[in-house]
Amino acid sequence: MPAVLPLGQPVPDDGTLPPEVAARVRAAAEAGEPRTFSLYVHVPFCTVRCGYCDFNTYTAETFGPGAGRGDYWESAVAELDHAVAALERSGVPARPLHTVFVGGGTPTLLPAAHLVRILAEARERFGLAEGAEVTTEANPDTLTPEYVAELAEGGFTRLSVGMQSVVPHVLSTLERTHTPANVPAAVAAARAAGLEVSLDLIYGTPGESLADWRTTLEAAVAMAPDHVSAYSLIVEEGTRFGAQVARGQVPDVDPDLQADEYLLAEELLSAAGFRWYEVSNWAHDPEGAGVHRARHNVAYWRDQDWWGVGPGAHSHLAGVRFWNAKHPAAYAQRLATGVTPAVGREIPDDDARRLERIMLAARTVEGLPLAEVRDGMDPETLRTRVAALIADGLVDGPAALAGTVVPTLAGRLQNDRIVRDLAGF
Amino acid sequence: MSPLASQPPVPAATDPSVIRNFCIIAHIDHGKSTLADRMLQATGVVQPREMKAQYLDRMDIERERGITIKSQAVRMPWERDGVNYALNMIDTPGHVDFTYEVSRSLAACEGAILLVDAAQGIEAQTLANLYLAMENELEIIPVLNKIDLPAADPERYAAEIANLIGCEPDDVLRVSGKTGQGVEALLDRVVERLPAPVGDADAPARAMIFDSVYDTYRGVVTYVRVVDGRLSPREKIRMMSTGATHELLEIGVSSPEPVPTRGLSVGEVGYLITGVKDVRQSKVGDTVTNNARPASENIGGYADPKPMVFSGLYPIDGSDYPVLRDALDKLKLNDAALVYEPETSVALGFGFRVGFLGLLHLEIVRERLEREFDLDLISTAPNVVYDVMREDREVVTVTNPSEFPEGKILEVKEPMASATVIVPSEYIGSVMELCQAKRGHLRGMDYLSEERVEIRYWIPLAEIVFDFFDQLKSRTKGYASLDWKADGDQVADLVKVDILLQGEQVDAFSAITHKDNAYSYGTMMTGKLKELIPRQQYEVPIQAAIGSRIIARENIRAIRKDVLSKCYGGDISRKRKLLEKQKEGKKRMKMVGRVEVPQEAFIAALSSDGAEPAKK
Repeated sequence: MPAVLPLGQPVPDDGTLPPEVAARVRAAAEAGEPRTFSLYVHVPFCTVRCGYCDFNTYTAETFGPGAGRGDYWESAVAELDHAVAALERSGVPARPLHTVFVGGGTPTLLPAAHLVRILAEARERFGLAEGAEVTTEANPDTLTPEYVAELAEGGFTRLSVGMQSVVPHVLSTLERTHTPANVPAAVAAARAAGLEVSLDLIYGTPGESLADWRTTLEAAVAMAPDHVSAYSLIVEEGTRFGAQVARGQVPDVDPDLQADEYLLAEELLSAAGFRWYEVSNWAHDPEGAGVHRARHNVAYWRDQDWWGVGPGAHSHLAGVRFWNAKHPAAYAQRLATGVTPAVGREIPDDDARRLERIMLAARTVEGLPLAEVRDGMDPETLRTRVAALIADGLVDGPAALAGTVVPTLAGRLQNDRIVRDLAGF
Repeated sequence: MSPLASQPPVPAATDPSVIRNFCIIAHIDHGKSTLADRMLQATGVVQPREMKAQYLDRMDIERERGITIKSQAVRMPWERDGVNYALNMIDTPGHVDFTYEVSRSLAACEGAILLVDAAQGIEAQTLANLYLAMENELEIIPVLNKIDLPAADPERYAAEIANLIGCEPDDVLRVSGKTGQGVEALLDRVVERLPAPVGDADAPARAMIFDSVYDTYRGVVTYVRVVDGRLSPREKIRMMSTGATHELLEIGVSSPEPVPTRGLSVGEVGYLITGVKDVRQSKVGDTVTNNARPASENIGGYADPKPMVFSGLYPIDGSDYPVLRDALDKLKLNDAALVYEPETSVALGFGFRVGFLGLLHLEIVRERLEREFDLDLISTAPNVVYDVMREDREVVTVTNPSEFPEGKILEVKEPMASATVIVPSEYIGSVMELCQAKRGHLRGMDYLSEERVEIRYWIPLAEIVFDFFDQLKSRTKGYASLDWKADGDQVADLVKVDILLQGEQVDAFSAITHKDNAYSYGTMMTGKLKELIPRQQYEVPIQAAIGSRIIARENIRAIRKDVLSKCYGGDISRKRKLLEKQKEGKKRMKMVGRVEVPQEAFIAALSSDGAEPAKK
């Protein structure tokens, strides 16, 4: 069925979930493998719209009541109320928050007090699990030591800094306005406040050379963060960048160069004590103890549950996915009139769930237990395909013999092929 | 005076002296159907409110393309000087692919209206049919159409026509199918000028089939012109070429809806229904006679249709093969010229090798299959039929490059065509250049007028079958018109070029070309495939080869990155849908060895230049 997001099935006005959600959450708990519950909060504001960005974010300061930088937090809190009510009404057992992640947009455009307030309201309603990870994304230009300290005091444990690059011409192509020199200051402020630090990098920007990328990686490593995410630039349709590429004003990204850059990232990061644990993520973990991973993201890849607060935010609860109204004004209005902000949802069927599981797990160092794919494919085909993946050097042989598909370095770069093969395409 | 006949003659009881049988010879867009529609209105057989534009062209495709594929006959009453006449207008196909049908339609008439666009003048196709009509000794009524157009130049083209058929420019009538101007005068001229049919009313019945159409509800409807004797309902008739007998369930005339009659007599034109389901049982050109009292000699001129161009037709979805088979079986009922047999391609799976009268025929059949039967098809590059003589002097008939024999070959014969190009004289140079490049032999050149020239070439049919017409049009700013007919064969230096993907031959891309063109075909195809085939896990060499000799090579580099870098909350549904789409796409992939080739690559490689059918 060619259903394209955000088309989906309608959501009842009060946000009640289908009965299978409660049943699955209970069953998992009874089986001794409780589903964790996380919170995502989207902040849809930026001062500048970067040309490559296709996120749901806006440069206007306000779209009316509950939809402006000054009072957005009220809408977010209203959605927390709605979430509690909807979960209760649906009979889903209460669970403390395993992780919280505030993303954007630029969350740090809001006063620190607002982010802290949203977190406090969430904690009041759901509770925070022991040792919960609480992250916010941050633009290095908007951070001051005071701001960071206020976040830390309010319960945040981790800062994800949008560094992207240190090379001026690359930042300018990306239309990033931040000053590279502000990044070390932001990292230092976070460290001083006792926060874990992650740096977000982008590679493969048109005009970026392998040497440019090396400069950026070395600068990132020099700041000794706990975690690095490195994303290849994707030219998305509908972005200004996409239009410029389509018109030939900007060269398209070069996938071969991106492959080289990925290999360079792996080389420099691993030499500095970082270990990959997902295609685009490395944790500083010289001992291999599994520390410093972004536990919020790990929850996504393990197919756990989360509620997404904010315009356009997606939620996932035990196999049911739903998403909110995209525009901040529409989002705030729905909440103000007591209607769920969710405007669509889908309940992927068994095949789709299986595909999701494969495409998420196959990206990670934990890998995909072969047991989980057996039911969807005849054993002979599966054997042949896994053997071919090993032969082609995409899947780690010893791990596969032990029953888990773990991508090799080449397999990380060609991960979608592993997914297609295991999904039975 | 009312032009409408006060007492229309009754079929089966009409004196031949008041019958006039005629057809209209015209180029594709010179307004034949519009004029025919006007005649239907003027004679009152169709009321204006019933008028569908171009009433006579029934099939959607015909209406869209403005091409008459299947002819029909309409009986129209017309009164002139107090006498009631019956005019039979026999609609003819206007395209070179259907020359044989045209010749049979002409044979059913005593006269022809030569219809020429007053702004464009006569075209090669029309000229060809005009020759046919004159050879059949038809009386020609020259008419200039579209005189209402601002660009019309009736003086100039009247002079051109007069020069061609040997009449006075004043004899050329001027009409406008659009406004109806001059149509009544034309009908009067038909009555005055055309001879009445002549036949022996007492002789055994003889009627010539000039068209045969399959109708879902009635079976085959056969259109005939009675030459001698008489046909009546319920009698048993015999097809003289096969000896097959049928009962005449219904006999009648079209006006233009079918009207059953008590029969058809000398000179009359009408339809027969016998309940047969396949047009092959009622062949165009055959003679119908009475089974109990058969004629001794047929009318003559019958020939089996001969396919000139072959192409492989394959369903994109392999599971549609039975649908394609059934669809061809159904189309065959209505198309005696359609021949096909099952064929297997390594790359394309199960399909059919289909023979066509020409490229337009190919295109129409393909379009009907896709439209009426909801099929998605790939057609391989069209080719002609070659006779290949091996070293042991055995001759192999090759309708498909894959049948081209391996090993040493003594000679290859290719079919030739006589081509006529009519073009403004300033383009003579570029037309001749093109024809020489296409291995044509100049056969002659004549000035039709000061500005227009007829150029005749003997040229390999294979060259015409490819992009000849498109190139001709583009070199002459669209002014050239082309007509051709098959004309013998010649021995030529022909080779088979194979295309290999990672060493595996892709049969669908093999082509038989002249040795001098092999290299350019090879580089064109390898270059095109390099663009069309996505990068794979492995480096994929694309080679063009004659036998074991490689003549061109390209490489598709191995893919290095095949992963989306992000996969968080909202990305999950998006990425899953992306993968699901890839899965759909993968279903449309064909495996050639280890190489995945998207269907789109086959379609694009086979359907762009080199295989673009000539449109006229």
